[in-house]
Amino acid sequence: MSDRLIDRGTFLRKFTFNRRQRALFVAMSMVLFLTGMVAGGVFLGPENLAVNLDNRNRPPALEHLFGTDWLGRDMFVRTLKGLTTSFGVGVAASLLSTLIALGLSLLTSWHRMIDQVITWLIDLFLSVPHIVILILISFALGGGFKGVVIGLAFTHWPSLTRLLRAEVLQTQSAEYVRISQQLGKSRLWIARHHFLPQLISQMLVGFILLFPHVILHEAALSFLGFGLSPEEPAIGIILSESMGYLSTGMWWLAFFPGLSLLLMVVAFNLLGRNVRRLLDPYQDHQ
Amino acid sequence: MLEACGIGYRYRGKMWLFRDINMRIQPGEIVGLFGPSGSGKTTLAKVMAGYLRPVEGYIVVDGQTSTDRYPFLKRRKLSLTKEKKKGPNPVQLIWQHPENAVNPRWRMSKTLAEAGVTDRHLLHTLGIHDEWLIRRPHELSGGELQRFCLARSLGPQTKYLIADEMTTMLDALTQAQIWHALLHIVKQRQIGLLVISHDKHLLHRISDRLINLNALAAQSAAQSLD
Amino acid sequence: MSHLKRNIVTEDGERFSAGDVPLFKVEGLSLSFRRFQKRMRENDVCVIRNMDLTINAGEIVAIVGASGSGKSLLANAVLGLLPKNAVLGGSIYFQGEVLTPERLHQLRGKEMILIPQSVQALDPLMPSARQVQAVIRSEDKQAVQRDIFAKVGLPQEAGDLYPFELSGGMSRRVLASIAMASQAKLVIADEPTPGLDEKALQEVLEHIKLLAKQGRGMMFITHDISAALQIADQIAVFYAGETIELANVQDFEGRGGKLRHPYTRALWRSLPQNDFVPLAGSQPVAGEYPSGCAFHPRCPLATELCQQQIPELRQVSGGWVRCFYA
Repeated sequence: MSDRLIDRGTFLRKFTFNRRQRALFVAMSMVLFLTGMVAGGVFLGPENLAVNLDNRNRPPALEHLFGTDWLGRDMFVRTLKGLTTSFGVGVAASLLSTLIALGLSLLTSWHRMIDQVITWLIDLFLSVPHIVILILISFALGGGFKGVVIGLAFTHWPSLTRLLRAEVLQTQSAEYVRISQQLGKSRLWIARHHFLPQLISQMLVGFILLFPHVILHEAALSFLGFGLSPEEPAIGIILSESMGYLSTGMWWLAFFPGLSLLLMVVAFNLLGRNVRRLLDPYQDHQ
Repeated sequence: MLEACGIGYRYRGKMWLFRDINMRIQPGEIVGLFGPSGSGKTTLAKVMAGYLRPVEGYIVVDGQTSTDRYPFLKRRKLSLTKEKKKGPNPVQLIWQHPENAVNPRWRMSKTLAEAGVTDRHLLHTLGIHDEWLIRRPHELSGGELQRFCLARSLGPQTKYLIADEMTTMLDALTQAQIWHALLHIVKQRQIGLLVISHDKHLLHRISDRLINLNALAAQSAAQSLD
Repeated sequence: MSHLKRNIVTEDGERFSAGDVPLFKVEGLSLSFRRFQKRMRENDVCVIRNMDLTINAGEIVAIVGASGSGKSLLANAVLGLLPKNAVLGGSIYFQGEVLTPERLHQLRGKEMILIPQSVQALDPLMPSARQVQAVIRSEDKQAVQRDIFAKVGLPQEAGDLYPFELSGGMSRRVLASIAMASQAKLVIADEPTPGLDEKALQEVLEHIKLLAKQGRGMMFITHDISAALQIADQIAVFYAGETIELANVQDFEGRGGKLRHPYTRALWRSLPQNDFVPLAGSQPVAGEYPSGCAFHPRCPLATELCQQQIPELRQVSGGWVRCFYA
């Protein structure tokens, strides 16, 4: 009986993907999708965005997939450019946030007092709505790319820091770390060799999952007018400009850029989850 | 000589686990320690191996004590030389559960490298196979891991070893293997060994002398009454 | 495997025959795990190969073996606690009926119960008496619970205490009380003794004996042979996922001359109260089992036959052994 069970298993496995292969497949396709998006935005030159007053306000058609705006610019190109800008902001802000989170969480292992201060900071930042601090910081720094990125970075570190801190705390009380101390290893050595490798997978997943947050907040900020300046082709700008034309029935001005933004967010979410599945198969098995 | 001088320990806000414990372990001597659960055997082991700072008293290793750990010693002008702060503790502790005592992400070779153990002969004596070195902890059994924990704690600086229920989780055959190897090394290097176990047969078999922790505590309590 | 017919008198004086259908029987059990490997491939790793075991009502069967011999996995398999990637083969019978996953689901916690190793298994939010009463079926739950508390030596006041207020010893007695209060016919105790001092150890063994006296079948999983010998009726020795010997307690004496399998003999002689002699080598890891008898690389009696063929379990002088040369 047992033999047959195992045989059927091997038979099935030749023709279907296992969970890991599926996760890898999804993650890879998301990476491809996102690189396609960004590459499109980078390689399409400004000549594709030329003003063409003969072609104003065209609804979506084969020639202009996403239609054209009130200046006759192709909305597909504008959307791609906008997504690329969002991506750039996302990379910079997520990277900065992750680095802040890593630094602070490693610091918590130094002394109980430092840990208390950092925990207090996390609670403080989490208790105030993101968007309020975000507007404040971005406004204070005069908006623009720099202002938005710094604003985003300083508001998005707490949740990841909390995760990483918990991991550090747990690792710190592990017997093998206590033994390491008795073997005469310095704090820095322990942080580098015991804590850091423990954090890397969480950090990578956290970094990817920060993207959707950061991108949506950037779009909201730009939409409200506190973020990127109007000459930068961000999705938030496109959406905010299109508001004026929606009442005249030009739905495609907001619909396609909004949908693309959503797709990008979903793609990052899928990527993050599947990367986690790949890095932490044991947790996923339960 | 490893000396415990009047040590006492209690967790914050709790009763004393033990007080005024005095104990001496000579190099090359094997001392068995037993006592009922809850008598503080493991805590005593942790204090002696430097994992916990005693609330009272101090530990002296070969005439040296850490004045960093016991600042009041300076005031009392005890003529003890200051221990180097850096470097491995000459007193090493073997824990009961080896799977918690090694970093689960590391290959065993890195665990050994952390302690600076490179002595092939030592590994061989402990029955560690070369192919185990590239494995990770989850690919090894408890007995195999405990051999690595022993190897790690037997660096060149180690003068005293405390084995707290080292083989309790292991089957009798593996237990016999590990103890035979360890006793050989301990005799050769003249390492002082404190063995903590519930297994009276094991203690009788390997120890030079036995200490009952309860009796020890009662004895010091009686002395302080006089 | 046939067992001698015998009658068991429970505490209540009720007589029942335990000979015809064994309470619990494992036949040719095998277990493998589907594991991820490098390069995204999956494969099956065989952990248990040939496991056979019979437990009668009122009998204590001790399962002895090194960690990795598959003894705890057997308990998990019986209680349906295996992870999703486990593949089971062979058969398990409970009261003569095949134990299917559905049947197992019905029986678990009612007819079969586990005494957990850790006292943390108690519900932290419920006083201990209520936890015991929760498994009692009869009318007067309180009276039954009081009776059981008296039997295990718990003061009645302990019933009002929450688990965090109980000492380690009292918590263990509460765990035993739960098993005693239940209707379970098969009780599995998975490594209940390591790390206990002599007094606590004796108490736990006493509980197991008491449970068996009530007519329950006891599966006592341990690596402590001396503890097993104190209370068991039969000793099952596991090695590398196989039952290699089913021995009687009386066989463990002297230098182990009555023991059938060379591994059991070596295990017996390695106890500190006996010769304390080690045996070179180590138990093979799952997935790296050698061909033929799993013990042959360490066996002093091994021949070419042992390298080629896995011996069948056969009856030798009142016990069972998986060895060609017993």
